[in-house]
Amino acid sequence: MSWLIAGLVVWLVGWGLNVWLAGQPKTRFTRLLVPVLFGVTLIAIWECVVQGFNINPVLLPPPSMIAVRFASSTDILWQDFVQTVIKGAMSGYIIGCGAAFLTSVIIDRFPFLQRGLLPVGNFVAALPIIGMAPILVMWFGFDWQSKAAVVVIMVFFPMLVNTVQGLQATDHMQRDLMRTYAAGYWQTLFKLRLPAAMPFIFNGLKIATTLALIGAIVAEFFGSPIKGMGFRISTEVGRLSLDMVWAEIVVAAIAGSAFYGGVALLEKAVTFWHPSQRG
Amino acid sequence: MRGFWYRIGPVITVVIAIFVLWYAGAVALNSAWAYDKAKRAGVELTTSELIADTMSQKKPKLPPPHQVGAEIWKTTGDMVLRGKAFSKRSLLYHSWITLSSTLLGFVLGTALGIGLAVGIVYNRTMDMSIMPWVIASQTIPILAIAPMIIVVLNAIGISGLLPKAVISMYLSFFPVVVGMVKGLRSPDHMQLDQMKTWNANGNQEFWKLRLPSSMPYLFTSLKVAMAASLVGAIVGELPTGAVAGLGARLLGGSYYGQTIQIWSALLTAAALAAALVGIIGWIQTRVLKRMGMAQ
Repeated sequence: MSWLIAGLVVWLVGWGLNVWLAGQPKTRFTRLLVPVLFGVTLIAIWECVVQGFNINPVLLPPPSMIAVRFASSTDILWQDFVQTVIKGAMSGYIIGCGAAFLTSVIIDRFPFLQRGLLPVGNFVAALPIIGMAPILVMWFGFDWQSKAAVVVIMVFFPMLVNTVQGLQATDHMQRDLMRTYAAGYWQTLFKLRLPAAMPFIFNGLKIATTLALIGAIVAEFFGSPIKGMGFRISTEVGRLSLDMVWAEIVVAAIAGSAFYGGVALLEKAVTFWHPSQRG
Repeated sequence: MRGFWYRIGPVITVVIAIFVLWYAGAVALNSAWAYDKAKRAGVELTTSELIADTMSQKKPKLPPPHQVGAEIWKTTGDMVLRGKAFSKRSLLYHSWITLSSTLLGFVLGTALGIGLAVGIVYNRTMDMSIMPWVIASQTIPILAIAPMIIVVLNAIGISGLLPKAVISMYLSFFPVVVGMVKGLRSPDHMQLDQMKTWNANGNQEFWKLRLPSSMPYLFTSLKVAMAASLVGAIVGELPTGAVAGLGARLLGGSYYGQTIQIWSALLTAAALAAALVGIIGWIQTRVLKRMGMAQ
């Protein structure tokens, strides 16, 4: 009972504090504090509700239990992280985005390909590509190579569509100006069109970060060596040790946010001139 | 007429090129097994025999398009003709299972997304506390929790359609929230001031200005949400132990090395996604044209 009362108090206090903070003038500090407070309150309520109602940890483990499990099995988590994120997702991400980038430069050069490949690319980008996973696992074996292959295919089309769109982002005036400077194709590409395409390219890169992790994890549901986040999640769910599953999810969340954040920071450094970054 | 071919010609070329590559890939990938068989039988394969063999293996590494097409016809049209349209071996049955949880999840996700977006636009506290989490949650591989949701909901006695729909909902509500928040905020100060000079109250401002001007954003995010919802439904079918649905067909096919079955399920899923997104696109053009917003 005391847990439930505590939960209620935390809820009311957190809510009241957030309403009060949101009413204050917007500063960097409140903009950061309000969502953090919201998250902390949510976790505290979760803990109190689970403890108060005596919810079976098989259904929903309390955050404290997840934290303990996280701290006590860092070696397994690290091993899974390396297998899935570094080997599977990262290598696939780099290969896939690199290939998509080169392809889109070629596509951009030939209007015929542009009119032919772009509708197909747009179409494929909406398809459930994740379904390719079992086929690729069959082709490339159980280890991380097949996961990287899934990631390559998943990130390729969103990246392609965004980059092609970005390469068309310059207007006639700018391209005419380059022509009056007697710039060749490659000079125009490197000095005008690629820099102008950067915001679009980074948009594609950011979308691809999430897809890469999803691809690497889900591909492991179709077969994997005895390590990896997707493997661990599916087997631990089967053994009903949900605290371990949640610990893996925490790792996935941290990895995903860090990955996305890294790309976003890079974007800030590269496209500092763009209106969306000033401000 | 030139305009038509100007647009369609390249697309047809690309599609033909894909089929050519597909056949070439099938020959290249399946030839190893064909050679293996021939060697054990002690015969030499001529090129034409080799190609014929790679086109008609039972468990090819890459089934050629006509084998997949035949499998799809066998499990859909043929089943219908024989009056067993919804037997467990029929792809129509599995597609229907997947489609139903996709649609339920999509509707739930859209409703939740629009509701949250309205809350975020009208309530400063919600905006400041929830919006960062909505954005942050897009960077998290949410699909990873799919098996857990299925098992946990199963444990408290909810099984069948709903757990999968929950995963679909979870995946589809983010694009809707983000798109709708943008859309509801898209009227500029001039327009909002205009509403004020007309003495419009908050309700009228919402129904007559904000909601209509959010429509283009809504439809764009609905397309993304629909695609995400289908992915959610397919992945949600994986941990249930391959019972029914397109995801189960994928998993079952990968257990037993039935590549033709995997490819037919995959192509069916692709057709389903194309059809669903196409329908939304069609509604979008109609609605925006009626509203005078289409270009």
